[in-house]
Amino acid sequence: MYDYHQPDLAGHFGIYGGSFVSETLTHAINELKGAYAKYQNDPEFLAEFNYELKHFVGRPSPIYHAARTSREQGGAQIYLKREDLNHTGAHKINNTIGQAMLARRMGKQRIIAETGAGQHGVATATICARYGLECVVYMGSEDVKRQSPNVYRMNLLGATVVPVESGSKTLKDALNEAMRDWVANVDNTFYIIGTVAGPHPYPMMVRDFQSVIGTECLSQMPEMNAGRQPDAVVACVGGGSNAMGIFHPYIAHENTRLIGVEAAGEGLDSGKHSASLQRGLPGVLHGNRTYVLQNDDGQVTETHSISAGLDYPGVGPEHAYLKDIGRAEYVGITDTEALQAFHYLCRTEGIIPALESAHAVAYAMKLAKTMRSDQSILVNLSGRGDKDIGTVADLSGADFYDRPSMRGLGVKGGVATSPEAFDASGAKGAGSQS
Amino acid sequence: MSRIESTFSGLKTQGRKALIPYVTAGFPFADVTPELMHGMVAGGADVIELGMPFSDPSADGPVIQKAGEKALSFGIGLVQVLEMVRIFRTKDHTTPVVLMGYANPVERYDIKHGAGTSESAFIRDAAAAGVDGMLIVDYPPEECVEFSARLKAHGMDLIFLLAPTSTDARMAQVAQVASGYVYYVSLKGVTGAGTLDVDAVEAMLPRIRRHVNVPVGVGFGIRDAATARAIGKVADAVVIGSKIIQLIENQPRDRVATVAHDFLQEIRSALD
Repeated sequence: MYDYHQPDLAGHFGIYGGSFVSETLTHAINELKGAYAKYQNDPEFLAEFNYELKHFVGRPSPIYHAARTSREQGGAQIYLKREDLNHTGAHKINNTIGQAMLARRMGKQRIIAETGAGQHGVATATICARYGLECVVYMGSEDVKRQSPNVYRMNLLGATVVPVESGSKTLKDALNEAMRDWVANVDNTFYIIGTVAGPHPYPMMVRDFQSVIGTECLSQMPEMNAGRQPDAVVACVGGGSNAMGIFHPYIAHENTRLIGVEAAGEGLDSGKHSASLQRGLPGVLHGNRTYVLQNDDGQVTETHSISAGLDYPGVGPEHAYLKDIGRAEYVGITDTEALQAFHYLCRTEGIIPALESAHAVAYAMKLAKTMRSDQSILVNLSGRGDKDIGTVADLSGADFYDRPSMRGLGVKGGVATSPEAFDASGAKGAGSQS
Repeated sequence: MSRIESTFSGLKTQGRKALIPYVTAGFPFADVTPELMHGMVAGGADVIELGMPFSDPSADGPVIQKAGEKALSFGIGLVQVLEMVRIFRTKDHTTPVVLMGYANPVERYDIKHGAGTSESAFIRDAAAAGVDGMLIVDYPPEECVEFSARLKAHGMDLIFLLAPTSTDARMAQVAQVASGYVYYVSLKGVTGAGTLDVDAVEAMLPRIRRHVNVPVGVGFGIRDAATARAIGKVADAVVIGSKIIQLIENQPRDRVATVAHDFLQEIRSALD
């Protein structure tokens, strides 16, 4: 068994992590550290968290043996951890519940979040609706276009979605904008970060909330797999929260390989990808030290992925650490391979995976061929693909967007409508964002 | 005595307050910065804060972010920023220059211009160019122990921010590593946001001075002569950034230095 205790008290995973924030955010970060330290082992807090996971989210999520895929692909048995079956359709809800519970205990009435694919935004809007908290979600305007069903969903849930026009108009810019909002509204606002990145304690806290995934797998896998843990655990990595959630409880199990799948986009050497761990260099971004995709001048470069949720130039610092110590391996899957796996899983197993998760599925299918049929691979199917059907339809040449019934979903002639356009649903007006 | 220290002590003798303008290097024209800096000094600037453009300036507001994006589009990196300081120094040997920016470009510079693990190439080159101090927004005291030691070894000052949310314990912690001056961010928000509450600033300064024994500058939200005068009554220095960026952003190249000069002169006379 592997002896693993990370991070240290200041939030460092080896040389990574830490708390690289402006003085204007220090107090908010310290307040959060204090609150999390107080509640992370509090029996009443944990009981409520587990109650919510069971009754609101629908946990435990099952593990499914993709028998037909395993047979057709040849080689190892492929199992899917079905995070797509969670309420709101992805693993993101686990973490948002934990953080929203903290926000309530800290007396913060206003929640802000950033989102890429929109799954974290939807999860945050959902829990804010449930707890009666004001919710503002920052989203790159490029992602608002790509993920319009989720934008509409957030509006239905009462959240205000603010399109971010700066920089590359994707997740990293949404993060910058959310940090700015937090600085200006620290008194009443809690920032729910959606992944295992950002300043300490976020990487640790989000990992802890998401570790329920791997913890469940530890007891479910042996039941499914003749008493054995999987030979490999495979998960997609953008910021890395679903991967950390399933990896972390397995770190001590040295016989299980941990494999993170990054978005190779148009190829790892094309310059159009989001593979921070494979093509980035250590640096400081969004409050932590980690691998960052950057140019020679230390400017953060624009990223590309077919899936908005992986389109991020940094990665959680614990992944950076796991890579350096060799406990986890990181590989890439291209847009094309992910899309193929998406279609394959739809038709072979009757499961429409998120494009993010399709990256993990694609790699597992490759890996399976190199393994024996008595070996097993556990894939974290982090989310369902409903949100991506517009993107896939577009790529397949289907005339999805031309249907009048889809026009209201935030895409008009290829240009995202303003959030006000959604306010007819009773969503909070953009005026409440300041 | 560092150039920053002697500037402040000189002003103190005269009973005057320091005027500290901020401009983004390479904005609004790639090569206008040294000339702009001279113009600002002629207008009454005592210390110049020179912004190093960064792709993700999460502590800055839209005005400074846009200025940074424009400078980046001209290819302004840290090499070019240091060159601007070097050019400025050929004609001005007294006005302190403080570089303000974010950690990632600085760390990248160190790797690229490798000076071994014991030294920072950026600090070495900045010292050679005539830089007097640095303010790295996302290097809080607990994450910049090495950086701070290396700066000191080159006789440079490490400027820190303090915020309305900073606790007394935090001020004491910052005071242990800060040198040159500290920069009190007068309101909750990013650069260029809102208007500042002079009374709140006035109430905060005695608290800061209990912990910090270097001069205290106040910035964020200072946009005109009246606020500058009010702040100058309580602080040791007045820092102005976004307003200058806005004033020069649409000027033709030959007007940039003059416009900044005239604006600072107005502030200067309000302060004195």
